[in-house]
Amino acid sequence: MNQKPSLGKRLLAAPHLVWSALFIIAPLIMVVYYAFTDGNGSFTLSNITAIPDYADTFVLSIWLGLLATVISLIIAYPLAYFISQSKLPVQQTMIMLVMLPMWMNFLLRTYSWMTILEDNGIINTILTSVGLSSLRLINTRGAVVLGMVYDFLPYMILPIYSVMVKLDHSLIEACQDLGGNKWDVFSKVILPNSISGIVSGITMVFVPSVSTFYISQKLGGTSTQLIGDVIERQFMTANNYHLGAALSLVLMVLILVCMAIMNHFSDGEIETGRISA
Amino acid sequence: MENNVIIDLKDISISFDGEKILDHLNLYIRDGEFITFLGPSGCGKTTTLRIIGGFLEPDSGEVIFSGKKINGVPPHKRQVNTIFQRYALFPNLNVYENIAFGLRLRKRSEKEIKAKVHEMLELVNLKGFQRRNIASLSGGQQQRVAIARALAVDPKVLLLDEPLGALDLKLRKDMQRELKNIQQRLGITFIYVTHDQEEALSMSDTVVVMDNGKIQQIGKPIDIYNEPKNAFVADFIGESNIVDGVMRKDFLVEIGGKSFACLDKGFAPGEKVDVVVRPEDIDIVPLEKSMLTGTVTSVTFMGIFYEIIVDIDNFKWMIQTTDKQDVGDVISLYIEPDAFHVMKKSEYSGQFGDYSSYSDEFEEMSDAAADPAAE
Repeated sequence: MNQKPSLGKRLLAAPHLVWSALFIIAPLIMVVYYAFTDGNGSFTLSNITAIPDYADTFVLSIWLGLLATVISLIIAYPLAYFISQSKLPVQQTMIMLVMLPMWMNFLLRTYSWMTILEDNGIINTILTSVGLSSLRLINTRGAVVLGMVYDFLPYMILPIYSVMVKLDHSLIEACQDLGGNKWDVFSKVILPNSISGIVSGITMVFVPSVSTFYISQKLGGTSTQLIGDVIERQFMTANNYHLGAALSLVLMVLILVCMAIMNHFSDGEIETGRISA
Repeated sequence: MENNVIIDLKDISISFDGEKILDHLNLYIRDGEFITFLGPSGCGKTTTLRIIGGFLEPDSGEVIFSGKKINGVPPHKRQVNTIFQRYALFPNLNVYENIAFGLRLRKRSEKEIKAKVHEMLELVNLKGFQRRNIASLSGGQQQRVAIARALAVDPKVLLLDEPLGALDLKLRKDMQRELKNIQQRLGITFIYVTHDQEEALSMSDTVVVMDNGKIQQIGKPIDIYNEPKNAFVADFIGESNIVDGVMRKDFLVEIGGKSFACLDKGFAPGEKVDVVVRPEDIDIVPLEKSMLTGTVTSVTFMGIFYEIIVDIDNFKWMIQTTDKQDVGDVISLYIEPDAFHVMKKSEYSGQFGDYSSYSDEFEEMSDAAADPAAE
């Protein structure tokens, strides 16, 4: 293990290293460069000092992202547990159904929610046809959260499911054997042993939710501007790459902080003896 | 005797997917004994254990614990605890918390828990391990934690499902001795499941030999070995030569046309029987004392002894001896009267006991069952 990897092994890693350098490291450097320069290429902090103007947008983005993450978790956890306890053919079918929407284009899925939620959309048509008054559904924050949950739910279900399905059933029996009832089995065995799945699920839903711009544009209208929208506008309309880069940088840092806080909590689990993978 | 029965299984049957796993099983277990369910895989031994533990409900029959019927009582309300095949330790908890698990569920005080955990760690020789991660322990150490965890809640009965199966031979022997010591020290009932006959014989007060969902024999280890009830038990426990014979009268059995003195009685004159002779009970003797002669067809060095296969009138006998013989030698054999064990014919007759597969004449394997090969 301590031996230096052979030339062959190092060559195998080469494509990935080149890829990382070109498409991960270099863009990061460029983001930092743009964030701290002005149009003439000279150093400035004005992009960073302009950020507080967008504080409300940051807060709203994180808030809606959190909301979507929590709702996804509440839906996904019991579902993942149910799937993991089913017979194998049922499991395969259910997982297939969970993944199926992911095969459809992301834009298409969001568009179809528009036609469902619109003022003259499917839901309101049904409501008015049975004599009820129509509801304002589209261009609300609720619609944005709904879109996030719908689009990112599979990323919550799959990691939790994959941890649960690997859980040794004899652990559950051991808990019952030692005097644990159904609640004890859940709270002392299933939940603590699925934390790693929950953590990756939260990461995979929270990060894209916070930085999304498409969902908020299509389902939130002008009422729900998220930080992703602002960044997109800097690049596509305002042509202010420097402010856009600064906003991206701050968003990255904020997400990092959120992740660090969460990892700290799950590390708390490890402290009491949980083995990390 | 009746009053110290702790578990009584009455007429238990269970099937999975239409396949009968336990077939009208009746068994009582005395308080404080070390009892072992022994049998090949699929014989129903683990199923029986799981019924006692409450993880399975029998299709019919009664499970009685201390005089009370406990059918339908869930595992967490039974006074039995289990050592699982692969230990089933909680990977998210350290050694201390694993052992404390059952005590915490019982809402014991922190002080009480601490005292009990330390007592248990001492019992299983794991002092100083309380802060260790489960994943950092060896198989043997994990095994000890599992034992400590189960015993910490003071069970009346401990169920052990092939607990030593994953350990290497040397460690397994040590743990066998240790488990036996623990059982004797605590005086609680151990119900042990294994397919290892040596383990069963060396540890148990009582051995229950099972096959096909039925109990084949219940008894002390020495009785199971010396007085097997049928060809299955004789074959499964140790090595056996099982030959067809006819009981001429009390104390006289005829094998292959020759009569031999034996110590068995109570059979009808002329009754067809199975006769067991253990390989270590056959002596190689000079020609003048000979009862049987045969040709050596294979010799295997086993360490303490040689295992040789001798062809006597086309039936392959196994003999364990410390005298070296060579393939092709014609040797004379002598068997003491007490070495013959006569059994009634059973459904297993003719299936076991011929060592043809040890020789190069493999085609005889299939013939052996059909042929009255003892001739």
